[in-house]
Amino acid sequence: MAINWFKYSAPTTFYGLAGKLIPWFAISAAVLCMVGLYIGFVVAPADAQQGEFYRIIFIHVPSSILSMFLYLIMAAYAAMGLIFNTRLSSMMASAIAPTGALFAFISLWTGALWGKPMWGAWWVWDARLTSELILLFLYLGFISLHASIDDPRRADRAAALLAIVGSVNVPIIYFSVQWWNTLHQGSTIKFTGTSMHIAMQQAMFTMLVACWLYAITVTLMRVRSIILERERHTKWITELAEVKA
Amino acid sequence: MNKLSLFSLLILVVRRDLVLAMRRRADVLTTLIFFVMVVSLFPLGVGPEMDMLRKMAPGVLWVAALLASMLSLGRLFSADYLDGTLEQMLLAPQSLSVLVLGKMASHWMVSGLPLVLMTPVLGLQFDMSIEAIAVLILGLLLGTPILSMVGAIGAALTLGLRGGGVLLSLLVLPLCIPVLIFGTGAVEAVTSGLSVSSHLSLMGALLVLALAFTPWVTAQALRISME
Repeated sequence: MAINWFKYSAPTTFYGLAGKLIPWFAISAAVLCMVGLYIGFVVAPADAQQGEFYRIIFIHVPSSILSMFLYLIMAAYAAMGLIFNTRLSSMMASAIAPTGALFAFISLWTGALWGKPMWGAWWVWDARLTSELILLFLYLGFISLHASIDDPRRADRAAALLAIVGSVNVPIIYFSVQWWNTLHQGSTIKFTGTSMHIAMQQAMFTMLVACWLYAITVTLMRVRSIILERERHTKWITELAEVKA
Repeated sequence: MNKLSLFSLLILVVRRDLVLAMRRRADVLTTLIFFVMVVSLFPLGVGPEMDMLRKMAPGVLWVAALLASMLSLGRLFSADYLDGTLEQMLLAPQSLSVLVLGKMASHWMVSGLPLVLMTPVLGLQFDMSIEAIAVLILGLLLGTPILSMVGAIGAALTLGLRGGGVLLSLLVLPLCIPVLIFGTGAVEAVTSGLSVSSHLSLMGALLVLALAFTPWVTAQALRISME
């Protein structure tokens, strides 16, 4: 049986699909988040050096990972929208941006809370912190450029170009900042094995999956609102049950 | 109609923009005065200790140069946009990228080069050594064209928008961070007796990259903004 991969690339069909998927992603995100926090705060032992303070990594690390990946995914969607001129891709890009900015902000915030007892300072001008801050600026630039252009088509295309230029620049910024200063501890999880306790790993990966599911949930919810807003003049929107009611 | 070679087209655009800039000398001067003023405000803000000023000088001069170039970027396309010249440029059979490159080059000559020429005087005010000033100027010579080129992308994207100036800085400043880091890093290297070649080579590499890609990206941005 041939599957029509392009069927759900139309906002009309995707709107319904997203509506059906949201509860599944939302429930599994909530369940995994509770499981992850339970393992993280109750099961996992205290760290030998950092005591109880380290437990913030169960929120900090997933949100940092998400903030970086979401930028790349956003730029990829934006590029697709620019190249193939597909409406849904641009809508997805603008739906992802606020979530990415939120995760970048959470990562900076939790990092500051952890930095105070560990480094003795809320903020240090370290390479990773600085590049996360710059990432937040890039998100804010994308969002504000999109917001200040009234014509949605031009807004999509201009913001897409900015996202592409930004993603080309991200490695340059990252390495230049890294040569500039480094204090942040290196990655503990490596492909060659890890120095972490097994319960800590389980909690972190559970929280990572939970954050992914949360990001997908809110992105789908936001893209549904964007579809409703932009296609409000079309016939199929006026025939939707929730619009009629 | 005789065909223009790409190079003569470039010269044509640069000459035109320079003539236009010379007719409005005040615009050129305001950028320079802004640069000098921002730099002179720092000693008033942080105190006159020469040791501290000497350490701060490269950073202060670079940040002031960044801000000054942001200030003049808004004018890069807006005058041509308002009187319709830009539309004719988009319709022209010649390469839009080369036209854009010409505009970038003249923007640098008008708003980047004067800052570089002013730098030695300001450097002496901050009691920098001669070698440090020389490296600072070399870095600015390599770096300010990058600011003009990356800034042009932002200027093209924000063309004709309300509050374009602030938005422009928000978009462009994060992208200029590597230039700032390598530019000040080179001066720090020379004052601590290290080789400056790595910083300046990286800056040169960034310049070549920018030269290769930004005219094309800016041309695409103009097409998006003008359709």
